[in-house]
Amino acid sequence: MAEPTPLLEVKNLSKSYVLRGGFFDTPNGVVQAVDRVSLSIARGQTFGLVGESGCGKTTTARMIVRVVEPDGGEIAFWDDELGRLDLCLLSGRQMRPLRRKIQMIFQDPYASLDPRMTVLRIVGEPLRATGCTDQRATRERVAEVLEMVGLRHEHMSRYPHAFSGGQRQRIGIARALATEPRLVVADEAVSALDVSVQAQILNLLRELQGRLNLTYLFIAHDLGVVRYICDVVGVMYLGRLVEVADKASLFRSPRHPYTEALLAAASRPEPGRPVVHLSAPGTVPASGCPFLPRCRYQKDTCAREAPELRQVAPGHTVSCHFDLRLTGV
Amino acid sequence: MPATDTILDIQALTVRFHTRQGLVSAVDGLDLVLRRGSVLGLVGESGCGKTVMSHTLLRIEAPGRIEGGRICFFGPDGAEVVLDALDPGGSTIRHIRWKEIAMVFQEPMTSFGPQHTIGAQIGEAMALHGIASGTLQPAVVASLQSVGMPRPEETARQYPHQLSGGMCQRAMIAMALSCHPSILIADEPTTALDVSTESQILELLRERQAALGMSILYISHNLGVVAQIAHEVAVMYLGRIVERAPVGVLFAAPKHPYTRALLRSIPRVDRDCSLEALSGNIPEPFARPAGCSFHPRCPDRLVGICDQVAPALRRMDDGSEVCCHLYGEPAHG
Amino acid sequence: MTDTAPSRYSASQWQLMWAKFKDHKLALVSLGVLGVFYLIALLGPFLAPCDSWRTSQFAFAPPARVHIFHNGRLMRPFVYGLKMTSDPGTFERSIAPDKSTVLPVRFFARGAEYDWLWLVHGNMHLFGVDSGGQINLLGTDILGRDCFSRDIVSTQISVTVGLVGVFITFVLGCLIGGVSGYYGGVVDNALQRFMEFVTCLPTIPMWMALGAAIPTQWSNLKVYFAITVILALRSWTGLSRQVRSKLLQSRDEDYVIAARVAGASDSRIILTHLLPGFASYLIVSLTLEIPRMILGETTLSFFGLGLRPPTVSWGVLLQDAQNLAAISVYPWLMFPAIMVVVCVLAFNFLGDGLRDAADPYKE
Repeated sequence: MAEPTPLLEVKNLSKSYVLRGGFFDTPNGVVQAVDRVSLSIARGQTFGLVGESGCGKTTTARMIVRVVEPDGGEIAFWDDELGRLDLCLLSGRQMRPLRRKIQMIFQDPYASLDPRMTVLRIVGEPLRATGCTDQRATRERVAEVLEMVGLRHEHMSRYPHAFSGGQRQRIGIARALATEPRLVVADEAVSALDVSVQAQILNLLRELQGRLNLTYLFIAHDLGVVRYICDVVGVMYLGRLVEVADKASLFRSPRHPYTEALLAAASRPEPGRPVVHLSAPGTVPASGCPFLPRCRYQKDTCAREAPELRQVAPGHTVSCHFDLRLTGV
Repeated sequence: MPATDTILDIQALTVRFHTRQGLVSAVDGLDLVLRRGSVLGLVGESGCGKTVMSHTLLRIEAPGRIEGGRICFFGPDGAEVVLDALDPGGSTIRHIRWKEIAMVFQEPMTSFGPQHTIGAQIGEAMALHGIASGTLQPAVVASLQSVGMPRPEETARQYPHQLSGGMCQRAMIAMALSCHPSILIADEPTTALDVSTESQILELLRERQAALGMSILYISHNLGVVAQIAHEVAVMYLGRIVERAPVGVLFAAPKHPYTRALLRSIPRVDRDCSLEALSGNIPEPFARPAGCSFHPRCPDRLVGICDQVAPALRRMDDGSEVCCHLYGEPAHG
Repeated sequence: MTDTAPSRYSASQWQLMWAKFKDHKLALVSLGVLGVFYLIALLGPFLAPCDSWRTSQFAFAPPARVHIFHNGRLMRPFVYGLKMTSDPGTFERSIAPDKSTVLPVRFFARGAEYDWLWLVHGNMHLFGVDSGGQINLLGTDILGRDCFSRDIVSTQISVTVGLVGVFITFVLGCLIGGVSGYYGGVVDNALQRFMEFVTCLPTIPMWMALGAAIPTQWSNLKVYFAITVILALRSWTGLSRQVRSKLLQSRDEDYVIAARVAGASDSRIILTHLLPGFASYLIVSLTLEIPRMILGETTLSFFGLGLRPPTVSWGVLLQDAQNLAAISVYPWLMFPAIMVVVCVLAFNFLGDGLRDAADPYKE
């Protein structure tokens, strides 16, 4: 049963940063933070974007919520009323009504809430900023979302310093839900939390997804978390998507050497398991496959040509020259 | 009478903070034994007091105060030093710091001062502990080499901000090991690092531990990481140890409801599972529950017992110790 | 989750700041001292027993002493009158208390008339003596004017000059620093270079030049405001730089990005998130700016380029104390110097206390 149109479709999204140095801040190099990333998220789905630090997943997420301006590419969003829109073409003012539909949960529960505002003002901000001036309606909605995330409405008058990390993250989630969004981007939303709190928040996110019919773009670096909550997973390396597959295929039979290495190196609560190393990031080769220096299968073609994303199975795309049927972990 | 292979014996340690809002018992009757040449993993979440405890071992617990218990350190010559009785600013503890007990911190970048090179900072630590200044430079380079730094002479001349997180953490470990301590306290050393770097740092620690025969107190909230490096694991909750066991026993047969809940909360990468989240939150530091401090969140609590009487430590047959009413009568040992 | 909600949890940033500020005893004392200064400034002529401009024949009279025993009898507090004497040997004239004239000190006495805050016309003074006599608690100056009264009136001027100047500094600093910090790029660059240029102008010569340029026929009030503007022109750059750096820092904080994702406009973000965030730093900066202004005005007036007689300020009064005689023979003329020192120190300690309390979240 396939949904007719996806909720979000990203095509060839790119972002580069100019490195400056020297006495006069002269440009002396370019970092391609995001390099022609394309993905598609269906309604009600959770799309996980994984990778190590510096791979561009956070930049991609911030481009989708239009906090960072992309250099190129298209972000297509299917709004209920307005139909298909390219977010890259919208001005700040045109973007404002869409802000209600696309919201974000941040990583650091201690930095993402303004310490000088009460919970009521924090959670109510998206409502006020997008034009809701009725104070009573705002208050009622804030009370409603606070109950949804497991807090009580009397917490509205408190300040963030009164809450633990897990509770603050719940407040951040409540803020993201205040305007009844369709798409929620969770940028490492559980990475800064303790294990037991992480489990609570993950279960809360799943429950809310079912109840409110939300679609998630879930950025993470922990593969266990991704396996638990995501339906489709995209693996990023140095700004590129190297593999996209549904959860079962990716974890059972990864097709890219980087995915395979990440899965093998991930820690698990099993003592005595032999440790598999993934070599540390070194210099990026100027041509050919960027993963070559760390790949255990290095072949001649890899140094000459950079691979493109191609489909190897239904719903499974890989950016590797060799359709190595790598067995899963 | 502690066994001869004990290097650190902590008994009923209590560390309190007197704040304007009230009294906080960060560490509350903690018992822990670290054996020579072994790795003890200390697992606990935020607010359990593990960082306060590690700072207390080096007597940098201020503004907290030790208000009970005892910390006995058995030096390489077998002499017993009572750490809690030492003057925190005195020469004895300053000699012990780094020479006998060293520490590696979570944030590698901020553990080094930004104005001096790595080599200068490692050299400073060494000079303070008696390495002659003539042999300082080669000693620094040798220490960087021993932690697998690819170009040690060059790295010694670099500043912390020029190194990546992983390299910085290696340098931090080099600095900690530079005076060949008997105990290394590693306080969440890989939390800020990527998976690839994390596994390498763990491998480095394992290798160094085997080569130098030192003991490691490895503090982490990540049970997966602890499984890879520890010989024994202790689980901490609200200032005390609730379970301690050899690593295989703890993961195969966890006893304390908190340990079991933690293990059930870890999402697995190798299979689909369900996460049973522990309900509730860590209690307020000013409102510690009566009886067993875990009972409000415990799915197996015994009403009438757990909410009134604090459990004592019980030793079990498989070598583990657990602090829970569910496990029979206490065995004195 | 506990059910009891300690008041700390609902404490706003300001309540937390106050709690932390109270720990700083020196700052609390300074707050009290400054309260006294501003009370003096507010009440002004009410507190002074005499007119500050009324001259008398008794030049350089020493401070009067308040006695309660007269010829062995206990009486209500009083002072002796003054008389001129001359030493028979050296023919040196001096002023001595006249024990035959007893002037009781009366509280809430009627005295010279004055206008209070341009509204109330009255003649009630906190204390004074019957007309015809005079009470000089701090002696008199070269024209026989009561120093105590002049010190009080000069306090009024000196401590308020700082306030007006600080207000101008605040507006300019926030505006320019805010625009510079939030928008960055070319705008920031241009404004920064302009600020650096202004900073490079040497302060005292610039003040002196501007002070000398004030037309002599301007009224006292105009001169007063001109001085405050001159002082402010130089000091806004410091505040501007602080505002800019705070904005640059806070601009990338997660909660600001969250506000952008929520749809808040730039102005909304600056007003509701960024400005309150460094309101505390602003207060500290401003508190430390006021003593600089006070010193600036005192300096200008001391050089004769600021306020001019008959307007009195501490600087104007200190002009009379510029000679050796003042130090050795008439030390009471230097009392305004003590007031300057105490006031500036009090502001600095207050600023210290505020700075320590400024970030209540930095536990």
